[in-house]
Amino acid sequence: MSLEQFKNRNVGTQNYKTLDLGETPTSGLDRFKQVAKRTFKRELFVGLYVTMREMINALFRGNMHTVKYPFEKLPISPRYRAIHDMLRLLESGHYRCIGCGLCEKICISNCITMDTRYDENQRKEVSEYTINFGRCIFCGYCAEVCPELAIVHGPRYENASEQRASFSLFEDMLTPIDQLNLQQEYDGFGAVSPNADDNIKKTPLAY
Amino acid sequence: METTLVENLPEVTAAGVLIKAVIIMAVISAIAGFGTYIERKVLAFMQRRLGPMHVGPYGLLQLAADGIKLFTKEDIVPQNANKFIFMIAPIITAATAFIALSAVPVFPDFTIPEFIPLLGGTFVPSIAADLNIGILFVLGMMAAGLYGPLLAGMSQANKWGIIGAARTAVQFLSYEVVTGLSILAPIMIVGSLSFVDFNNAQSAGIGSWLIWQQPVAFVLFLIAGFAETNRTPFDLLEHEAEVVSGYATEYAGMRWGMFFIGEYANMITVSIIAAIVFLGGYSEGTLGWLTIILKVGFFFFLMLWVRASWPHVRPDQLMWLCWKVLMPIALINILITALVILV
Ligand code: SF4
Ligand code: SF4
Repeated sequence: MSLEQFKNRNVGTQNYKTLDLGETPTSGLDRFKQVAKRTFKRELFVGLYVTMREMINALFRGNMHTVKYPFEKLPISPRYRAIHDMLRLLESGHYRCIGCGLCEKICISNCITMDTRYDENQRKEVSEYTINFGRCIFCGYCAEVCPELAIVHGPRYENASEQRASFSLFEDMLTPIDQLNLQQEYDGFGAVSPNADDNIKKTPLAY
Repeated sequence: METTLVENLPEVTAAGVLIKAVIIMAVISAIAGFGTYIERKVLAFMQRRLGPMHVGPYGLLQLAADGIKLFTKEDIVPQNANKFIFMIAPIITAATAFIALSAVPVFPDFTIPEFIPLLGGTFVPSIAADLNIGILFVLGMMAAGLYGPLLAGMSQANKWGIIGAARTAVQFLSYEVVTGLSILAPIMIVGSLSFVDFNNAQSAGIGSWLIWQQPVAFVLFLIAGFAETNRTPFDLLEHEAEVVSGYATEYAGMRWGMFFIGEYANMITVSIIAAIVFLGGYSEGTLGWLTIILKVGFFFFLMLWVRASWPHVRPDQLMWLCWKVLMPIALINILITALVILV
């Protein structure tokens, strides 16, 4: 069953089935008949068979369901919104952020704090950039609004730490320069959708 | 009544019986504790989980961790409880379970080697007390064991406890008839209440097992045994989803642990009875004892298996089942058995 079917909220359009439970017996004889039928239909043994089958599947056919969490992890969706990452430009290794301030502006819990200044070449550089993760609600607006795909959500969802500060500095979120080749392009919020070309339409003025 | 097996064995001395009692206490407590581990593992496997894994290899030492936890927990007695009864109720459960075990054969007889000082040469019997009414005694003791939950539930000034106690009474009234009547038919065939006689009557191999002559009694006894040990589908006394923890709601630490040791010891006792009365019991020698251990293990596993598979019944359904269905069947079974014996 695909996920789409679960998302359908229009009651009545789904493909529900009513279980055939038969009629509730009213007279004594009917009740007795039901008991006899259930006793000799071996339903109870079907139950035993099912659990035994599952046990054999789990033990001998590698069908065990348990994920030993700290040692093995399930893959998370690319759209998962965890602790932010600041990406770098692949060509130059410079951080992508242009200091436009849109993320600071849009953040609905006011947790991004940034400051910019001119560097020695009279170019804008980011001098301060922190996210207060005590306030962040991981809404993803910052990633969506960022014109450069500079701030994105990373895969680090284990955010227990001794100090909140361990996550929040620009340098901590920035891809380490020596791991630039491992930097993953983000396809969550704000990323170009896979069918972006098909979605391009004429601007309203052209009509 | 003199049983044939006892005649050609060395004399049973008081020291031997004492040693046996200590062995039963130690080993069955350990097995009962280990039973909780097995139960958790088997239930986990049946639900495709791993169960306890982290304490020791494959979680084997989970038992030790649980023991430490239970022993070091604070012993809380609730404010309005009847303190005395509240405190002795778990002891009743555990004690009766072990007293019942004194009359069933557990582990082969052996003689302590001569070179051990003091006790050397003492003969340790397989049954601590080889009563000629063994079955009656064991069933009576296990029935008395239900006073534990009953008193515990009533003394703890807790509504869940009261409901648990009421359910204990319901359960007790229901299954006790069936246990007695179902085991009556095999008793009539063998003509004795002693476990040793039962064992000897079926010593001629699988064909002579009483289960072939008394399949109905076997099923009835199994059902009643499940009720007797509070196992699913008759775990009304402490069903978490309905009555929090029933009679055990207010218990903590080792007092709570004692209920569980009692329950698991009872499971072992019922398994042993079923194995001896219906499945031929043990044969001579160490290897012969392996067979009964296998049989007991099978019944133990069956209890876990059923717990993983079946939903449980309501108290009124249990009464209905026992009085209106199982008891008539048991009576008819006895009648037919009597007729066959007479003819
Ligand atoms: S995810 Fe939302 S709350 Fe968190 S920093 Fe981005 S915009 Fe602010
Ligand atoms: S929106 Fe993107 S580019 Fe603009 S300041 Fe934020 S991170 Fe930098």
